[in-house]
Amino acid sequence: MLEPINVSLESLNLITLAPMLIAIAGGLIILILDLINEKLDKSLYVMLTVLILFVDFGSVLGLTMNERGFFDVMLIDGIAIISQLMIIGASMIFIPLALTSKRFHEYSYPEFFALFLFMIAGFQFMVATDNLILIFVGIETASLALYTLIALHNRSNSYEAAVKYFTMGALAAAFFAMGSAVVYALTGSVELYKVAEVLATRVNETGLMIAIFGSSVLLMVAFAFKLSLFPFHTWAPDVYEGASAPLAGYMSVVPKIAAFVVSMRIFEMYIELGVEWVRWTIIILAVLTMTLANIMALVQEDVKRMLAYSSISHAGFIMAALALNTTEGNTAIFLYYALFMFTNLGAFTMLWISRHKKRRFNARFDHPYEKFSGLVKIMPMGAVVMGLFMLSLAGVPPFSVFWGKIYVMQAAVNAGYIWLAIVMGLNSAIAAYYYLKLIVYMFLKDPVKDVDTVYYNISKPLMAIIGFATLATVAAIFYVEPLLQWLTFHVSASGY
Amino acid sequence: MDNILSVLVFFPAIAGLLGFVVNKESARAYGITVATIEFFLSLWLWFSFDMSNAGIQFVEMIPLIPSMGISYYLGVDGISLFIIIMTTLMTLIGMASMGETKNIKNMIVTLLFLEMTMVGVFVALDAIIFYLFWELSLVPMLYIIGAWGGPLRVYASIKFFLYTFTGSLIMLVGMLFVAYLYHNVTGVWSFAITDWYSLVLPVNYQLWLFAAFFIGFAIKVPMFPFHTWIPYAHGQAPTIGSVILAAVLLKMGTYGFVRFSLPMFPDASVMAIVPIAVISLIMVVYTAMIAYAQKDMKQVIAYSSVSHMGIIMLGLFAMNAEGLTGSVFQMLSHGIVSGALFMLVGMIYDRRHTKLLSEFGGLTQVMPKFAIIFGIMLMASVGLPLTIGFVGEFLVLLGFYQVSPIMTIIAGTSIILGAVYMLRVMKLAFFGPLDNEENKKLKDLNARETWSLIPLVAIVIWLGVYPKPILTPIDNSVKVILTFMNKKAITQEAKDMIRVSKSDKEVSNVRAD
Repeated sequence: MLEPINVSLESLNLITLAPMLIAIAGGLIILILDLINEKLDKSLYVMLTVLILFVDFGSVLGLTMNERGFFDVMLIDGIAIISQLMIIGASMIFIPLALTSKRFHEYSYPEFFALFLFMIAGFQFMVATDNLILIFVGIETASLALYTLIALHNRSNSYEAAVKYFTMGALAAAFFAMGSAVVYALTGSVELYKVAEVLATRVNETGLMIAIFGSSVLLMVAFAFKLSLFPFHTWAPDVYEGASAPLAGYMSVVPKIAAFVVSMRIFEMYIELGVEWVRWTIIILAVLTMTLANIMALVQEDVKRMLAYSSISHAGFIMAALALNTTEGNTAIFLYYALFMFTNLGAFTMLWISRHKKRRFNARFDHPYEKFSGLVKIMPMGAVVMGLFMLSLAGVPPFSVFWGKIYVMQAAVNAGYIWLAIVMGLNSAIAAYYYLKLIVYMFLKDPVKDVDTVYYNISKPLMAIIGFATLATVAAIFYVEPLLQWLTFHVSASGY
Repeated sequence: MDNILSVLVFFPAIAGLLGFVVNKESARAYGITVATIEFFLSLWLWFSFDMSNAGIQFVEMIPLIPSMGISYYLGVDGISLFIIIMTTLMTLIGMASMGETKNIKNMIVTLLFLEMTMVGVFVALDAIIFYLFWELSLVPMLYIIGAWGGPLRVYASIKFFLYTFTGSLIMLVGMLFVAYLYHNVTGVWSFAITDWYSLVLPVNYQLWLFAAFFIGFAIKVPMFPFHTWIPYAHGQAPTIGSVILAAVLLKMGTYGFVRFSLPMFPDASVMAIVPIAVISLIMVVYTAMIAYAQKDMKQVIAYSSVSHMGIIMLGLFAMNAEGLTGSVFQMLSHGIVSGALFMLVGMIYDRRHTKLLSEFGGLTQVMPKFAIIFGIMLMASVGLPLTIGFVGEFLVLLGFYQVSPIMTIIAGTSIILGAVYMLRVMKLAFFGPLDNEENKKLKDLNARETWSLIPLVAIVIWLGVYPKPILTPIDNSVKVILTFMNKKAITQEAKDMIRVSKSDKEVSNVRAD
């Protein structure tokens, strides 16, 4: 007969689960509301989502650092806290983009908002654990919700995007499962801190290197898919193109933050075990990703596809920081995303407000460059703001992304990788060309046609979001210091 | 006013922002008023500048991002002081003489933002703040060339932007590496240039860093073979764009050498004398030859401007007080003279809508005032004694003679070559028969044009006859830099090469407080 297992409630430390449970409960509340009254407007759901996320945000802020809970599978260290706050914060500023003046099909379903909250809970699980199984659960919860959200956009290429993303995601999940299995076979554990302990004792055994190598390759492929690193990036532009602009912008930030946190936990373990080639693989992948994505972005005809490639290239840029395995490098990842988030939000919102129900300029693309030509004459403030976002993405000081770039480059120089910093610099120069191309269209060309419909989709909430993004982009110089100190404190407190 | 530098930097920026509100019709008057106030502010800076103090004055320092060592750190010395005044003067005069009428409000706002970035570059003493203004200056210029330029304007503006942007990113990596080295030695993060000065670097580091900064600055100067963007930029830019580009933006590159490369890497600078001198000579002679072959009047001025930048570069690397002082003085004279020449070409272009030399001839008969002013500026450009051009060029050649007499003789041909191509312009455009019917109807300079050029003529002659009020402060600051370099140099050959002057007893080596 089995012994009854006694588990005291205190030892579970259930508070560590509270943030995710709040998000899930919020999603359920929204579904129940819909059951009671079907005729509720999307604005209610949007505001409710923001409020639930607000509570979620507060519950994360209340967590104490470096605690474990729920049979020790939850790990609330510094990076878990900052990444959760960033995920929730980004979600809070992206979800009001549903409040467009034109009606878009997906936002009339409450399921959209419920799925959105479930997805956030999934991301929170991903970052707040070092248990490979729970990470897997988190990835899958989040991804399945995200596939559906993309498909809800109700266009043929949205379905294509969703299916493509789903197939690629399933493949990545398979790689992750196989990688975890190898890790488990090697160490008998799926908890990363135990894995590290066991591997540290076994790393010098003869014949074992190939298995360690194998496990890291499988895991790296999985995360290269998730982070859209070369050569596993090919899904990204199509998916971004198919998804609605707010979701595309969201996808270029939030899932990547979550995936970066997990990569940090896994790959820095390998690097610290002295598996140097993991570092080199990451660096090579990062360099190839930023260079090739930049070159691909040069030839795009659609602004959204260009931004998709540009965000791939930014991910490559940040991936290089991961390989450094220094506190600075890891802080740089968060700093970069924190700063990149606002600019990217702004740029995708600008695409969103210029979205038409039908493609007016080009049979193939929603946002060809021609659409923006002469924007300065039609919508001067809009053009100036979009120009600022493009300059920021190109890394022109003093706009926000520049401070992220310079910090990543400084981290590379400090870790002794000066050539890497130069490669990053040259890549920024290549990238400047395609951002400039949009600026040239907006400021230096004349409008083509349908001049009155460019700001088709604008509404007051969207203008507020753009204003906020502009402020955060322009005034970055003033908040980089407190942000940096806060990030550095949390990252170094969790031992990265 | 202790914070006059901040006022100088942000006054045009705020004026630019407020300028969006100003009515289109009044935009030009608004711009000229703002630029005049800015010019008087810069004159105020000059009068409150302590001439007996050769170090950095009006220092302002506010930590911005202390964990990265970035602070808002401004200051001027005798070198930057006059470049700032020249910047505000040329912006004012450029704006006043501007013939542009299309989208005038956007132009004024853009120029005011550009003025902020230009002043910012010359007052910044923090490398990141310097870099910030340096990069930001590209954006308004991109817009000026791209929106008001000639048929190839988009290509020209993008080429201009990407060239400079690429170079400066390499420079940025160099800056980050210096900060890293500084942190290694002192344990403190700092991007303050005055802190960096105290860093004594091994020669191989100096060489690498010199190369990184060189790429950034050389593209801006522009030095051969990085000069290919400039014919497009000048060829396509509207008059005001060329004026600002030639007068101020190019000086950012040479100023960068004085502020960063020379004091930070003295040994590498001495090693670079010969290669840089060779490149400069190529610039001087080769571009002078290209200038001779041009059919377009503006391209002649553009190439002559590059050719004279070669003289400035030569002076910077003479490593003695005469050369360096002459070089800084030449920056000012080049700014005023080439700026004025571009304005003059712009004025004739506004009338005839062509810049081809073959279209002109005998203009002295119909446009005497124009011809006289053009003649004076042309002589100043060639370096005729008693004009501003002579002082700088003579000092540079005098300085470089101590380095290499042969190279100095080759460089001296610039005066002859300059005279050759400039007099050709004079001959083709102004003398000879007035045989083109359209030229007979040309009107001479109107009051606005005349009065915007007369101050420049006055300066050209005043500083040609009596350059002392400007030369002395420049000389003092230059000597501080050279004494400092001499002390800091590691290798003996660098110490031998860097000569302060025969009478350097009064020079203090205090750089900043």
